[in-house]
Amino acid sequence: MKDAFGTPQSLLILGGTSEIALATATRLATRRTHKIWLAGRPSPALEKAAEHLRAQGADARTIPFDALDAESHPTALGPLFEENEIDMVLLAFGILGDQAKDEDNPLAAVRVAQTNYTGAVSAGLICARALQTQGHGSLVVLSSVAGERARRANFIYGSSKAGLDAFAQGLGDALHGTGVHVMVVRPGFVRSKMTAGLEEAPMATTPEAVAEAIETGLRRRSETVWVPGALRVVMSALRHVPRPVFRRLPV
Amino acid sequence: MSATPPSAPPPPPVPLSGWGRTAPSAAHVVRPRTHEEAVDALRACAERGGIARGLGRAYGDAAQNAGGAVLDMTGLDRVHAIDADAGTVVCDAGVSLHRLMEVLLPLGWFVPVTPGTRYVTVGGAIGADIHGKNHHVSGSFARHVRSLDLLTADGTVRTVEPGTPLFNATAGGMGLTGVILSAVLQLHPVETSLMAVDTERATDLDDLMARLTATDHRYRYSVAWIDLLARGAATGRAVLTRGDHAPLDALPARARTAPLAFRPRQLPAAPRFIPEGLLGPRSVGLFNELWYRKAPRSRTAQIQKLATFFHPLDGVPHWNRVYGRGGFIQYQFVVGYGQEETLRRIVHRISAHRCPSFLAVLKRFGDADPGWLSFPMPGWTLALDIPANLPGLAPFLDDLDTEVATAGGRVYLAKDSRLHPTTLTTMYPHLEAFRTLRQSLDPHALFRSDLSRRLNL
Repeated sequence: MKDAFGTPQSLLILGGTSEIALATATRLATRRTHKIWLAGRPSPALEKAAEHLRAQGADARTIPFDALDAESHPTALGPLFEENEIDMVLLAFGILGDQAKDEDNPLAAVRVAQTNYTGAVSAGLICARALQTQGHGSLVVLSSVAGERARRANFIYGSSKAGLDAFAQGLGDALHGTGVHVMVVRPGFVRSKMTAGLEEAPMATTPEAVAEAIETGLRRRSETVWVPGALRVVMSALRHVPRPVFRRLPV
Repeated sequence: MSATPPSAPPPPPVPLSGWGRTAPSAAHVVRPRTHEEAVDALRACAERGGIARGLGRAYGDAAQNAGGAVLDMTGLDRVHAIDADAGTVVCDAGVSLHRLMEVLLPLGWFVPVTPGTRYVTVGGAIGADIHGKNHHVSGSFARHVRSLDLLTADGTVRTVEPGTPLFNATAGGMGLTGVILSAVLQLHPVETSLMAVDTERATDLDDLMARLTATDHRYRYSVAWIDLLARGAATGRAVLTRGDHAPLDALPARARTAPLAFRPRQLPAAPRFIPEGLLGPRSVGLFNELWYRKAPRSRTAQIQKLATFFHPLDGVPHWNRVYGRGGFIQYQFVVGYGQEETLRRIVHRISAHRCPSFLAVLKRFGDADPGWLSFPMPGWTLALDIPANLPGLAPFLDDLDTEVATAGGRVYLAKDSRLHPTTLTTMYPHLEAFRTLRQSLDPHALFRSDLSRRLNL
């Protein structure tokens, strides 16, 4: 069960190698989070992540999960919810793709969309239903400011996050009053291995800062969390910039 | 996990939280009106079990059961019999102490123990083994229970008497041994419904502790409001209010015509939406300053109404909304006599942390009662309220838990919403006995609550 501060005792991470997810798990593990499942494609990186959390004293395990294979989601996640009390699900999987190359390779672009959006729809619905049966729990969805308004520079990724973001908001409203809390997290540019080599955007942040914002959001039962918080204002302004101007902005 | 399938589909889940308004979860609420309906409701409990809920005054998650059933006991609200000579009452578990006062005061009897609110049920009072300002004289609520009827997991109703293991597990057992259906209570005789109250100020914590230690035994009821925001030499300054039921001859002539009248007034309810952060260190600091200054330095035998003395907060329905939607934490701990150093250290730490607490009270407990998970033990108890969104509060309270546990003290489960399960085991030495009894009485854990899940009770 979560405590008065929304801190979970058990945590399921979908996308177990995500740096933001691991920073969050590491942070929560110092509080009350003891049982952690890392779901992802079996890989040494996933095992290493679990090892890292075990070193923090958490009871961390890995389970095989492939975001792209929606048909396998019920069997991958169903039994876990039946046998365990899961206080928080962190939906953290996602890929950035390579915008420049993907524009010439539609199949690669579709892979971005399928991972970030369709995969999340399937896994999100399964988790939401299970949490609803449980009568409590937080579903934390890692969206992105890129989804707030599509930019020329990364609209494939941006559009997939826009879809995810809208889905998660709707899901949150659908689950209002069921004891389940859905929180959409919209970080700006996060310095991580996913963005390594990319030019840093203004107001860049770190996985640890996102983790801290998630912990605060859980306590406040927030529905939307921006990281850093000032992005809320910036993006609401950017959202209303006319298209001809927005196109030319160096964002 | 009852063997019989539910006959009707369960009602749609309703979000519930405790009085602190933190960590809501959704449960299927059923409201039995008779003992038979309570048995049926228990049979219909599906795999996530059930728990009894009274008036929802426990601050944390004790009367929540996410995804399972919650038995709203306020439908069982009959007072069955009153023996006006012997001073006993037989009543259903859902009867509130408010109702009991309305019924009993005209007959010259008062409830044996009342907490800071009248709006708790008899079942809840036993389940949390509540205490009041008279603990140093009268002990906790369960001391005055002659017997109770308990609906256990096997569907039978057992009459449980003090001195038995089942009674000790049920008193303070947070509803996890079964559903209390009714109880026989021993009452306290009174001549009037008014209180004779002595008020005095203490300039700091040491002064406060000295005053309480020296003269508490002269009063039936004793409590001190403490200003936890005061700093420096004033740390722990307090207002002591102590008294007893006023005898008839202490009343002014005008009041003697209806000495047992009981008509508490209520103000309008607190509004539904109150901005968060209204109660910060500054506003509460100001309030505390005024509250301390307005209290008389020393006044004796002032006649007060019952509600003014015992239940000032009941005058504002939904007062818990003043903390905004983030809710608040009630932290209450006790440390034994001889551990005054720990108490001093904790009070200084709270003051240094700037916890904006305006309902903090310090009290001396008397002898403990036999409930295995019962909170009171001989020593000092401090209760305080803190807005849940205060930065750094979670690790701060964990540190206090460690201090309390190291000193052999404990925190109160009826107020808890955040304790670490491992700390609990050091605080409650009878926990293992409780778990063992529960295991044999309720092997499938039919009785479950968010509290029991969180703390692995």
